[in-house]
Amino acid sequence: MDVLFHNVRELVERAEQEGKLISEIMIEQEIGMTRRSREDIMAQMDRNLTVMEEAVERGLRGVTSVTGLTGGDAVLIQNYIQSGNALSGDLLLDAVSKAVATNEVNAAMGTICATPTAGSAGVVPGVLFAVKNKLNPTREQMIRFLFTSGAFGFVVANNASISGAAGGCQAEVGSAAAMGAAAIVEMAGGSPQQCAEAFSITMKNMLGLVCDPVAGLVEVPCVKRNAMGAANALVAADMALAGVTSRIPTDEVIGAMFRIGQQMSPSLKETARGGLAATPTGQALARKIFGSAADVQS
Amino acid sequence: MKFTSVFDIIGPVMIGPSSSHTAGAARIGRVARDLFGRQPKWATIHLYGSFAETYKGHGTDVAIIGGLLDYDTDDERIKTAFAEAEKAGMTYTFLPETAHTEHPNTARIVMGDDDGEMSVVGISIGGGKIEISEVNGFKLHLTGGMPTILVVHDDRAGCIANVANCLAMHAVNIGHMEVSRIERGLTALMVIEVDENVDDRIIEQISYIPHITKVSKMNT
Repeated sequence: MDVLFHNVRELVERAEQEGKLISEIMIEQEIGMTRRSREDIMAQMDRNLTVMEEAVERGLRGVTSVTGLTGGDAVLIQNYIQSGNALSGDLLLDAVSKAVATNEVNAAMGTICATPTAGSAGVVPGVLFAVKNKLNPTREQMIRFLFTSGAFGFVVANNASISGAAGGCQAEVGSAAAMGAAAIVEMAGGSPQQCAEAFSITMKNMLGLVCDPVAGLVEVPCVKRNAMGAANALVAADMALAGVTSRIPTDEVIGAMFRIGQQMSPSLKETARGGLAATPTGQALARKIFGSAADVQS
Repeated sequence: MKFTSVFDIIGPVMIGPSSSHTAGAARIGRVARDLFGRQPKWATIHLYGSFAETYKGHGTDVAIIGGLLDYDTDDERIKTAFAEAEKAGMTYTFLPETAHTEHPNTARIVMGDDDGEMSVVGISIGGGKIEISEVNGFKLHLTGGMPTILVVHDDRAGCIANVANCLAMHAVNIGHMEVSRIERGLTALMVIEVDENVDDRIIEQISYIPHITKVSKMNT
């Protein structure tokens, strides 16, 4: 079977013409491409959802990475929400804490589900398990949330990149945030076009984000970038649901992300040679963790 | 189209911290082992680009060794793969290289035992997805999306037909096939993508065909 969509325009058109959800188009394509049954495909996504749930729970109990660079922030944020003093909103901060929780587990070499990558695995579960408390979705709707995220991620992966080494952090946390924004819109009852608008608004604000991990570890600044990716996704989803649209069509935003990634210096693409990794403190941390061999200044 | 399944995007379930540098690395190691056909006794792993710069922090080294030990991306034993390799009697060396490669996350695994040697180049293209770009000096393009049979053979007339006939006898349908050779009349390689996983019996039969020197398979 041929693929049902090569870009976001085709994805949205097909969903709107057939009166289906984006998640449904993704499920139908998966059935067609793999010849697996719907039950089988839904069950696999259900297992991925469970892995995400367990990672969030584990992170909220508190973890520390092997290096000690990250861990414990998810707990701090949850405690702060409980204090009732949060300024930016409980749901937003809940998403942030759950995104952080997932990435803290990842940095501790725990089990996570890459969404679309491990370094960006916090964003989609973060927003999902936060909006869950407000929208009260069924288990199937939560599974569909992941298919909607996956549909947009599928387009990005094939037309641009989801690799930090190839496209910088915009390709990882940027993609994850935009995917999450689109999925929030579908769960909240928005149209397929509104999903695409939320995706565009998010991605436009992630363009240019470099991948500059200190000591090459998926810790600093990755964990906090997932936090902001989740915040970005929620705000963009609200903007799209309010009726705000993107002047630049989604596929062109994805094209821009791809070209920016190509133009980005290799020192800013997961080589730990530029950006925050090259700061005095970043280098001092690298030396402390790996000894002089990790002195990355060339 | 590089990514064909939604589970390339939402997945894999894996041990952290990096899908490209940990999960992808484990998959490269595991596919290399599959192609070799057994657990190697020794392995020399050349790392390029971002793999070379950041492999320690990402656990790329333990992940590749885990893959060579046949661990999947979510196997907790990846964390202790070095100790497991020692127990299993497998030695290894990692060599970070400065040479420029087409893709930033590239690994060349040279492995062997008393019965043979093999060299496999794998690239990690993002989200845990990998491609194999070279086997024993032959350039190829293996995504691991479909079950694949690799046949190294003498470059003689009839070899390809004989292999295709053997598969036909077992009702194995060929989806895609590539043939290449390093030099005319010397060694050649067939890369055959089939619709279903093939069992060892068929692989063994192909290996008995005249002028066939090596057969490996990669199941999905």
